[in-house]
Amino acid sequence: MSDQQATVSRTAGGPNHGARLAVAWLVISAIVDPLFWFAAGPHMPPGDMTSSASGAQFDFNVLMMAALPVTLGVWLYFGYAIVNWRASKGGSDLIGGPKARGNMKIQTAWIASTTIVVLSAFVFGTVELIVPAGAGGGEGPQPIWTPTSKTVLPIQVIGQQWKFTYRYPTYGGFETDTLMVPNNTTIAFHVTSLDVIHDFWAYQLGVKADANPQQDNVAFTTTHALGKVTVRCDELCGIWHGAMFNYGHVVSKTTFQQWASSNETQLAAVTKLLPPFSWTYTADANGADGVYYPDNVDKYSKIQVYGAQPVSVAQAVKPTS
Amino acid sequence: MAISMHESVGLGRPGETPPSGADRRRSPWLGQHIGTALVGAVAGYALGHFIGNSIASGYANVQLNRQNNVATVLALTLGVVGWLLGVGALNYPILKLVGKEPAPEIEEKGWGRYFRFTLDHKVVGMQYIIGVLLFLFTGGLLAMAVRTELLSPTTHYFGPGTYISLVSEHGTVMMMMATSIITGPIAGWLIPLMIGSRRMAFPRVEAFSFWMFTAGYLVIMTALPYGGFPTGWTGYAPLQTQAVGGMDSYLVGFAVVGTGMITAGFNIIVTIINYRAPGMTWSRLPIFIWSLLAVASLLALATPTLVTGGLFGILDRTAQTAFYVNERGGSAFLWQNLFWFFGHPEVYIMALPGFGVVGEILPVFTGKPLFGYRVGAAGMIGVALLSFFVWQHHLFQSGINPDMRPLFMLTTELISIPTGFIYLTGMGTLWKSKIRFEVPMLFALALYFNFLLGGISGVFLSDVPVNVTVHGSFFVMAHFHYTIMGGLVFAFFGGLYYWLPKMTGKTLNKKLSLIHFWMMFIFFNCTFFPLFIVGLLGQPRRVFEYAQRLQGLNDFSTISAYMLASSFLVFTANFAWSIFIDPKPAPANPWGSRGLEWQSPTPVPFHNFDRIPVIYADPYHYGEVDAPDIADFDKVWATAGAGASSGGAGGGGGGFGAGTTIEGGPSDV
Amino acid sequence: MGIAMAWPPRDEPSETVRGKGRYVVGRSARLGIFSSLLAVAVGLVVFVSMAYLRSEPPTLDFAAGHSQGQAVDMTLQTVGAIGFGTHPSWVSYLTQAPDGKWVHTTLWDLPANTRVNVTIDQYDSGSALRNPQVGAVYGTLGNAATLNGKPFSLIDATKGNGVGHTFSIPTLGINVPLYGVNGNAKNFCNSAPCTLSEAHNTVEFSFMTPKTTGQYGWQCFVPCGGGYVYGNGGPMQTISFMDGFLKVVS
Repeated sequence: MSDQQATVSRTAGGPNHGARLAVAWLVISAIVDPLFWFAAGPHMPPGDMTSSASGAQFDFNVLMMAALPVTLGVWLYFGYAIVNWRASKGGSDLIGGPKARGNMKIQTAWIASTTIVVLSAFVFGTVELIVPAGAGGGEGPQPIWTPTSKTVLPIQVIGQQWKFTYRYPTYGGFETDTLMVPNNTTIAFHVTSLDVIHDFWAYQLGVKADANPQQDNVAFTTTHALGKVTVRCDELCGIWHGAMFNYGHVVSKTTFQQWASSNETQLAAVTKLLPPFSWTYTADANGADGVYYPDNVDKYSKIQVYGAQPVSVAQAVKPTS
Repeated sequence: MAISMHESVGLGRPGETPPSGADRRRSPWLGQHIGTALVGAVAGYALGHFIGNSIASGYANVQLNRQNNVATVLALTLGVVGWLLGVGALNYPILKLVGKEPAPEIEEKGWGRYFRFTLDHKVVGMQYIIGVLLFLFTGGLLAMAVRTELLSPTTHYFGPGTYISLVSEHGTVMMMMATSIITGPIAGWLIPLMIGSRRMAFPRVEAFSFWMFTAGYLVIMTALPYGGFPTGWTGYAPLQTQAVGGMDSYLVGFAVVGTGMITAGFNIIVTIINYRAPGMTWSRLPIFIWSLLAVASLLALATPTLVTGGLFGILDRTAQTAFYVNERGGSAFLWQNLFWFFGHPEVYIMALPGFGVVGEILPVFTGKPLFGYRVGAAGMIGVALLSFFVWQHHLFQSGINPDMRPLFMLTTELISIPTGFIYLTGMGTLWKSKIRFEVPMLFALALYFNFLLGGISGVFLSDVPVNVTVHGSFFVMAHFHYTIMGGLVFAFFGGLYYWLPKMTGKTLNKKLSLIHFWMMFIFFNCTFFPLFIVGLLGQPRRVFEYAQRLQGLNDFSTISAYMLASSFLVFTANFAWSIFIDPKPAPANPWGSRGLEWQSPTPVPFHNFDRIPVIYADPYHYGEVDAPDIADFDKVWATAGAGASSGGAGGGGGGFGAGTTIEGGPSDV
Repeated sequence: MGIAMAWPPRDEPSETVRGKGRYVVGRSARLGIFSSLLAVAVGLVVFVSMAYLRSEPPTLDFAAGHSQGQAVDMTLQTVGAIGFGTHPSWVSYLTQAPDGKWVHTTLWDLPANTRVNVTIDQYDSGSALRNPQVGAVYGTLGNAATLNGKPFSLIDATKGNGVGHTFSIPTLGINVPLYGVNGNAKNFCNSAPCTLSEAHNTVEFSFMTPKTTGQYGWQCFVPCGGGYVYGNGGPMQTISFMDGFLKVVS
C-alpha cells in the first residue's frame, strides 16, 4: 500500500495527456485525410463511369473523411493508454471514486459530437440518395426519385436460374445475353426475375437491384465513359450463383444504334416467339413438369410462356409515371 | 462451522469423482442422460419418417421427385421431442399433468451430471461451454472448407452445390452458436452469482434451453446428408421453397434453436428482475447483467418472428401453401421482412453480451471503476430498442418501396450513438489507469480494436448510395465478421479466460493462453481485413468463382484463416491440458475482482449462497482508499484476513497488488 | 488454517470439499483419452470431407492422348428418369465414355482451344419454354446445329413436342435447344442408359473450347426439375444430372 501511495505522489501533476492526444490526433487527421482524398480517393470503387458510380465513390470518400479520423483517434487513444498507463510502469495517479465514474462534460460532449456526426451523415446520405435519382439502387416498381433527363433508355434485365438476359423494348423488344449501353445516356434498368430472387449488380455502372419474380425493380444511372462492365448476380440463387456473371460494354451512341438495330433484325425470329414485352412476367411456379402445386392451375401450357400484359413502346420510352 | 477456504481451493469438478462411493448417489449410467436422449431422438426420427411417409408419399410432387418434405419435417420434429423425452426434459411437466408429484431436486454429483438434464445452473453453464465450443469448431471447420474453395478463382475443390451448402451450413451453425455463446455458458453460470441469487428463476427452463440448443445442433447437422441447402443462413424464399431436403433441417433447426432462445430470454429477464439480492439495486447491477437484460429482451421479442416465418416456410414446402411464392399470391418480401425483423435484433443479440463482458473485465484490469456506468447501461438498452427499427437496411436494393429508405438510413446511423457509449465507457475507464495485461484484458482490448472497424464499416453500409456498391459483397461479409467474431467471439474467449478459474477451479496455462490470443488477434485481422478490399473490388458473397485479379487477396485471407483456425487448436490444447489432463488449482479470486461472483469459494456450493447476501455497493469501487464492502459478508472476510487471498476485494487499490497475491494468497496450496 | 469463509456458517462441511487425486484415471490415461478423442474427431472430419463432401461423379477424360488440331468427339444423352441411384426419378444427362460405356456424369476433361463435336441423343419429352430465347442456337461453330441431320437455328417450343432440354454454357455464350420426343411414344425410354432403338432425337453441333484453362459450368435452361417450385430444384441443381463442368486443360 505504501508503495502505491508513493507512486501516486510521484506521478501527481504529470503531463497533460488530453492535450498531447488532441494534438497528435489533429496532426494525424490533417495528414491522413487529404492524403486519402487526393491520392486514393479518385481510385476508389466503383470508379466513375456513370453518375451513380461516381456518386457512390464520392460518398465513400466523404464518409472516409469522417471514418479515418474517428478510427485513428480511437486507436491512438488505446495505443497511448497501453503505452503510458500500465500497471508495470507504476502508471499515473490512481483515480478511484466518483471522479473516475463519470464526467458530465465529457459524456455530454461525446454524445453531442457523435449525434452531430451521425445526423450529418444522414442528411448527406439522403441528399446523395435523392438528388442523383436513387443513386443507382433498385427503387421498386414506382420509383420516387427519377432522373431529370427527358430521354431515358429502358433496358430490361431478366434474371433466371442462372443467367441474365437483357431486353430492349425500344428496339422491338429483342432479348440477348449481352448488355450494351450507350454512352452519355440516362438508362432505366428494369430488373425482374423468372424464378427465384437474383440481384443485378453492374459493378462499374454503380447499379444494383434485386430481381424478384413478378416485380419490376427500377434503377437509374447516366453513363459518361466508355468501357467494360462486369455484371454479377449478388443474391444467392442456387448452384450456379457464383457463375452467374457476364460482361457488358458502354459504347458510343452510334455503335449502340448499329448494334441494337442489327440485333433487332437478326433476332426478329426469336423475338417473335418471346412473350410480348412487359415490365413483369408471370412464370409458371410449377416448372416444365407442372407438379409442385397439385391443382393443375399452373400446368405448363404452350401458350403461357413467360408473358404477361403487353405494354406500348411509348410507355416503355418513358417508364416513370 | 465455517468452510475452510484453502481446502476448497483447487478442487475442480469435471472428471472428478466424489470422495467415497456413498457420495455417488447414482451410477452415471443409470437414469436418463445423453445416451437415452440419443435413443429417444432416433426413435422419434423413425416414427416421424413413418408418419410422414404414410401421409404424403402419394403427393404428386413427392411421387415425381421422391423427396418427402413432410416426412423430413416430422422426423426432425419428433426426433427433437424424442431427444427431450429421452434426456428427461419433459418429466416434470408430464408428471404435473398427470397429477403426480415430481421427485425433489437433489444435488447431483460426479461427472455423470454433465451428461444429464440438471437444475444446477453451474452445471448447465459448463454443458453450454462444451456445447458452444462444439458449434463454434464445427462452424470453423466449415469456414475452412469455404476458404479452401476460394483458394482458386476457377478450379474447384468442392462442387458448386457442395460449396453453397458449406457456406449455408457455416453461416447457420455460426449464427445459432452466436445467439448463445455468451448468454448460454457465461451468463447461465454467472447471472445468479452476480445478482446474489441461489438459482435461475426457472432452472428447468434453463436446462430445457440447453437441450433445445444441442437438439438444434443435431438437426442442422442433418442438413448435409439431406443434400445441404442453397440459401445461406438468410434462407431467402422462394429459393428456400425450391431447395432439396437440407432446407427442412434449416427451418426445423432454427425453430428448435429459436424456441430455446425464447425460453432462455424469458428466463433471464425474470431472473434479473425478480431474483436480485436485497440491495442489488438497478444502479448496482453489474454492467454485464445490464447487457444480458437487453439481450434477453431481444431474444424474447425478436425470435418469435423467426420461428413463425420458418413455420410459413415449412408449410410452403410441405403443404404447398404459397406464403413466399409470388406467382401464387404470396410474397418473397414477406420472408425478407420477417427474417430481418428477427435478423437485425439478432445481430445485437450477438454484440451486446460481448460489450457486457468487456465492461466487467476492464475495471478489474485497469483498477478503475467503470466510466459512465449509467451511459453504458442506457446505451445497451438504447441499442436493444433501436435494433427493432433498422431491419429494412438489409433491403435497400430489394425493390420494396423506396420512400422508407432515408428513415432506415437514419435509424441505422442513430444506433451508432448508443454503440458509441460502449467506447465512451471503455476509453473513460482506461484514462490514467493502471493496466494489467492479463489475458482477459488483452481480449477486451482486442474487441475495441476489431469492433471499431466493424462498426465504422457499418456506417458505410447504412449509407444508401455506398450500399449500392457494398451490399451483398464481401465488404458486408468482412463487416459482420468484424462485429461478431471480432467482437462477440473475442469477448467470449476473454470471458472464458476471465471466469474459467472460478468455474472450474483450475488455472489455464498462461503461455498457451498468450499464444492463443496473439495468433487469434493477428490472424483474425489478416483473414478479414483483406476481405473488405475484395468486396469493394466487386466480389459478391457466396460465390465459388471470382475475378482472377482478386486471387492474391483471397489466398492471403485463406492462409490467414488456416492460421486463425490453428489458434483454436492452441486453445483446445490449453483447455484440455489445464482443465482435464494436468490441472493446477486456481485461487478463488485470481484477478482481484470486486465482483460478487468472485467472492464465493471455489468450487461454488450447490446453492451458491447459504444465506442471500445483502448488497451494499456496486462492484466497481476500484482504486478507492475507502472502498465500501460490496455485500454483508465482505467485512467478515476482511477481518479474517482473507482480503489478501481474495486479491484485495477490500479496496484501497489492493487489487493492483493482485499480481503478487495470486501467488501469495492461497499460500497453503 | 484459520481463513474464515465469507459465507455464513453452515452446519456441516461443504460436500464439495474434497481432497486431491480423486480422478478416476491417472494423468497419462487422461492424456490418452483426450488424444484419442481428438484423433477420432480429426478422423471424422477427414472422412466426412473426403468421402462425402469431396465425392463427385467421375470425370471423363477426353483430353488424354489428344494431339493438337484434332477434334474431340463426344456423345451425350438425356433421359426423363434416370432409373437408378439415389434419385431414380430425376431427369438426367449421361455421357458416353471413350470406351463406349454410358456413364452417369457431366464432368469432362477437354483440351483447350479445340473443336468439340457433340452428339446428343435426346430421349426426353418436351414442353414450352419459360424463356423462348433459349430456343435459339447460338455460340456453336457457325451458330449451327442439326436435328436428326437437318440444320436448324431456332425451335418454336409451343409447336410440336416442344423443347426437352438445352445444352448451355453461359460463360462461353453457347446455347443449343434439344427438341423433345413424343411423350406418348410406345418406345419411350424410361430408364437410363437409353438405346437408339428407343424414341429419340439426335442433335449435333460443334464448339471451340476456350484458350484459357479452368472449369466452365454448363447446364440446362428448361425448368425440368419436376416436383420443385419453378421446376428448378433437384436435378437442375445437382452435378451429374442437369449441370456439369467442362474442365479445360492444356
